[in-house]
Amino acid sequence: MANVAVADIPAKNPSFSLNIDWSKLATHIVLLLLVIVWTLPTVGLLVSSVRDKDQLTVSGWWSALTTTERTGGGRTSGAEAQKFVDGQFVIEGNLLSEDEKGRTISAFGLTNKTFGENPVGTSVVPKAGGELSVFANGDYRWVSDQEFDFSRGQRVLYVAQIPPRFTLENYVEVLTSEGIDRSFINSFTVTIPATIIPILIAAFAAYALAWMQFPGRGYLVAIVVGLLVVPLQMSLIPILQLYNNVAPMLGVEAKSYLGIWLAHTGFGLPLAIYLLRNYMAGLPKEIMESARMDGASHFKIFTTMVLPLSFPALASFAIFQFLWTWNDLLVATVFLGVGDNELVLTGRLRELIGSRGDNWEILTSGAFISIIVPLAVFFSLQRYFVRGLLAGSVK
Amino acid sequence: MASIVLKDLVKDYGKVEVLHHVAGQFEDGEFIVIVGPSGCGKSTLLRMIAGLETVSGGEIYIGDKMVNKLEPADRDIAMVFQNYALYPHMSVRQNMAYGLKLRKLPKEEINKRVEEAAEILEIKDYLDRKPRQLSGGQRQRVAMGRAIVRDPQVFLFDEPLSNLDAKLRVQMRLEIRKLQRRLGVTSIYVTHDQVEAMTLGDRLMVLNGGYVEQFGTPIELYDRPASVFVAGFIGSPAMNFMKAKINSGKIKLPNGTILNSNTQLSADITLGIRPEHVVADAKGALELEVEMFEQLGANTLVHGKLKDSDEPFVASMPGHVSEEPGTLMKFSIAPEALHMFDAKTGKRLEP
Repeated sequence: MANVAVADIPAKNPSFSLNIDWSKLATHIVLLLLVIVWTLPTVGLLVSSVRDKDQLTVSGWWSALTTTERTGGGRTSGAEAQKFVDGQFVIEGNLLSEDEKGRTISAFGLTNKTFGENPVGTSVVPKAGGELSVFANGDYRWVSDQEFDFSRGQRVLYVAQIPPRFTLENYVEVLTSEGIDRSFINSFTVTIPATIIPILIAAFAAYALAWMQFPGRGYLVAIVVGLLVVPLQMSLIPILQLYNNVAPMLGVEAKSYLGIWLAHTGFGLPLAIYLLRNYMAGLPKEIMESARMDGASHFKIFTTMVLPLSFPALASFAIFQFLWTWNDLLVATVFLGVGDNELVLTGRLRELIGSRGDNWEILTSGAFISIIVPLAVFFSLQRYFVRGLLAGSVK
Repeated sequence: MASIVLKDLVKDYGKVEVLHHVAGQFEDGEFIVIVGPSGCGKSTLLRMIAGLETVSGGEIYIGDKMVNKLEPADRDIAMVFQNYALYPHMSVRQNMAYGLKLRKLPKEEINKRVEEAAEILEIKDYLDRKPRQLSGGQRQRVAMGRAIVRDPQVFLFDEPLSNLDAKLRVQMRLEIRKLQRRLGVTSIYVTHDQVEAMTLGDRLMVLNGGYVEQFGTPIELYDRPASVFVAGFIGSPAMNFMKAKINSGKIKLPNGTILNSNTQLSADITLGIRPEHVVADAKGALELEVEMFEQLGANTLVHGKLKDSDEPFVASMPGHVSEEPGTLMKFSIAPEALHMFDAKTGKRLEP
């Protein structure tokens, strides 16, 4: 509105005067700051998870793009590699292993005390005689007039500039060796039914509470809303006891997927019914009446009108419920065992913190794997938040 | 096609009665307009006929069948809603076919009917569009199309034109009338717009506060309004009213003016004079102090006050009239153009 008003006032001078709306600018800056603060941890996590694990231990993720200076060491080839060229005995090769390629050596030496003293290009005299020169890319050349005679190669220490290195190795390691892959599937096994079941139940309940006339409807809605205030932590143990008593009677194991599905369904239902009922009650009454006059039963109205039109609400609740069950640790700990085929991703990560707490590359990549799925779910469904499905229906 | 009979119809919400013993008989093929100010119960009456509201008392017959307890779908009626109520997630074709599909008609039959209705309403080109891609007028047509394909016994219209702009409203009004004539389906049309009511209806039912004030042809309502309410509601600009006393045929206005009438009554009355019935006449008895003019082109509305009083009065003169404000204009009026109503009950007094 403010912009429109500004634009409507005829400009006094035609030059590009500073028509800055300061309050708007401030809003945008604050917004930008909030977004940065909000996303920074995730960015750090992502960057850390793709860094080389050795670099990860010595520097923070924010220095991921800068080269780091480190000391390193290598060994020349043994005497058997010598060649006789132009009247001299020569040993040639490279100090850097395959992994270390890309390092730029700036200085080298032969002992712990002298490793930084000789710039590249110069030469030193090792014990075994001759002259050993080392070059920036790691190549060395050891020349002598006499034939070399030693068994192990000469150890060379150096100072090198290490370029940043990004790798997916951490992910490969985590997925293949730490059991995260299996937990990933376990999490899905919990999450998908625990999202679909409450939506199914809640959609029917919400329709009835919004559009069917029956006595006590208002009280039912009030009870459902009232249930929203019951904290999960309080009802966790009673429900577990109840379930453990009932499950054997039905021939189901005490700690099983069925139990956690039911638990998540129960905990999710009040919010689901409340959200969906409110949305459905807001749908135009005339559409229902028109469908009724067209001969649709309640079930037909539900399936052909209300469900398609409630898709934004269904999607937003699905996102909530999915995120909440995916990130859940407490309910999973209580209702599900810790076996390899039951441990969910959050449980596995907690286990990793205990057993591999120093291995940041595993923790970060593991954590990021657990984030990827909610992110994908959110971005694939977020357009339903934005788009008004009802456009064109009434007025 | 069917006639509709309303017998002693009552609607109450708990203790509040909103419709009071409404009765009426709508003939087969007739176009009935229910008209009244907002809150008069006209939409409630329509929704009761549609079956969307329960009936608290009385009976509704469509054809020979008492339909009080029938579901809307079983009454063989189609309704056009004020805001169209199109199904937003379906194409125009699906919108129109929805009711037929639910009735399990064969596919070819459904297609045939939809195509026919689309042809009549000239919406063939939009059949595969979604409602949100249509303009207001097109949506209106789709809503009508949805009613037509059902081939019902009765059409119900709930202020279907109130969301359109003025020009489109006039056009659609004519089209609805033509369509109804062509299909010959008994129709009930609810509106608060008296022009719409006058132009569309074979007969008008004027509702006020849940009571039927008058039920008759537009001309009857205009010429012989049964009450002050109907007289003021029908006709534009509205009728002039003033308190008056009638004594053996002589009507005495508050400012002392005496008008002749063709009656021999003696009573306290409310006198009604339509603005278009006064004639400029230098010897006329009505004297008007002019305050302003509204030039409408074909005619001119003269606003003013009766001489020596605060009674406002509007006169409609053919052609262009312009006098200085403050001038005194004189009018005469034919005795048969005077409408007399009982001062207490507001009912029409016949000469």
